[in-house]
Amino acid sequence: MPVVNRGKAVTGLITMDDLTNEEILEILADAERLLPVAKGELYLPLLQGRILGNLFFEPSTRTRMSFETAMKRLGGDVVNLGDVKTSSVVKGETLFDTIQMVDGYTDIIAMRHPRQGAAQYAQDSANVPILNGGDGAGHHPTQTMLDLFTIKQAHGRLDGLKVILAGDLRYGRTVHSLSHALTRFGCELVFASPELLRMPSEIVADLSDHGAKITETEDLYSMMNDADVVYMTRIQKERFSDEDEYAKVAGAYKLHANHLTDVKSGMIIMHPLPRVDEIHPSVDKTRHARYFEQAFNGVVARMALLCKLLHVPIPNDVTKAGGAL
Amino acid sequence: MSNEHSMRRVTAIRNGTVIDHIPQGHALTVLDMLGIDEKTSVPVSLVMNVPSKKMGSKDIIKVEDRELTQAELDRLALVAPDAHVAIIRAYTVAEKMTINFGDEIVNVVKCTMSNCITSNLREPLPHRLRVVSRDPLELRCHYCGRPQDLDELVNNVL
Repeated sequence: MPVVNRGKAVTGLITMDDLTNEEILEILADAERLLPVAKGELYLPLLQGRILGNLFFEPSTRTRMSFETAMKRLGGDVVNLGDVKTSSVVKGETLFDTIQMVDGYTDIIAMRHPRQGAAQYAQDSANVPILNGGDGAGHHPTQTMLDLFTIKQAHGRLDGLKVILAGDLRYGRTVHSLSHALTRFGCELVFASPELLRMPSEIVADLSDHGAKITETEDLYSMMNDADVVYMTRIQKERFSDEDEYAKVAGAYKLHANHLTDVKSGMIIMHPLPRVDEIHPSVDKTRHARYFEQAFNGVVARMALLCKLLHVPIPNDVTKAGGAL
Repeated sequence: MSNEHSMRRVTAIRNGTVIDHIPQGHALTVLDMLGIDEKTSVPVSLVMNVPSKKMGSKDIIKVEDRELTQAELDRLALVAPDAHVAIIRAYTVAEKMTINFGDEIVNVVKCTMSNCITSNLREPLPHRLRVVSRDPLELRCHYCGRPQDLDELVNNVL
């Protein structure tokens, strides 16, 4: 077997374009069936003997931990790159070489990297599937899958919803991947952001080419009353090289429970977390807050993705197939 | 001024390669893309801003005693996709070649996005730009997916 993947027989998840709408819905249905396993109510070691390589070249809490939890709940094991500062990366190792090594140790790799295109580059270098856990300001498709799962849980469908994406739309890879997926399901999109942090024009053009109905605005609050989903994001200080530029937009939106008096009863508020002050704690206790469930859904969505990419079928009735813990 | 006359600005070569119909002002970029520089030992003639019926103005390059390969010529697809190339042997045109525009431009230029993984030149995989559209020319990086600014791209020749 060649060391370097030249033939591209291996398929990972690099962008949402790697999945058809049918595949997305199948994976969400798989995730639904795996909920009791994700909650620890049932033991179902579908991935026993398999090893996940967690390569996080950038800080991550939820994504890294939820990948690890997902693998372990399914009976698999995880090896971690650990702190980049103590790995070979600091000695100048290329991503190519790192992937060659981890490819030999593992059956599948979850990766986050500060540079855009790193996940595709890793997939072209590897013989095992790569799950893109975020590449610079590029894509974050596993986050999109858990976001879609959360939306479908709340609304019972993905099509025809009105979704507001608010905050840092320029650098936020989460909203880039999500807006592509929502467009494919015929959702109406509202992009609410400060001028400086607008959705990149090439993404807006791409979405429009695919028939998206898009409204761009700076005024978040007046758009909320007929929305089905309000997806808040953090203004990412770490993406600004200029402190003054950051200061101009920091705290642009501060969603408070007072803003929710006239919204639809079924409207949900989501956030990829961590939050700073864009969602006030007063929102946490309202029926609209879904961000903590959303974070939990990261486990179940990633369980379904790990099974899909490792070609492990999920039994129709997991309660019969699984055992007590 | 006729095309024939404009060609006579430089004497005919015995053996080598003539690249005609290069868009005006791009001859130096073409030389750069072909790796022809001051260290090149064979004679190279360069004519710029020659009147052309078809193009208004054009550039021409003649490289003596060297027959450029198809792979070398295909590198020019980005800046001179419609160039006419002739291989000259004993003062006559022995072969006419065209520049092929494939689905990808590989290892000719690097992505214009400064944060792309390929900006680390120690990474060994090839620089790959996908041809999304030929007319108008639209290219995207295979890795980061970023649409390429064509004016900027010609400064990123590898």
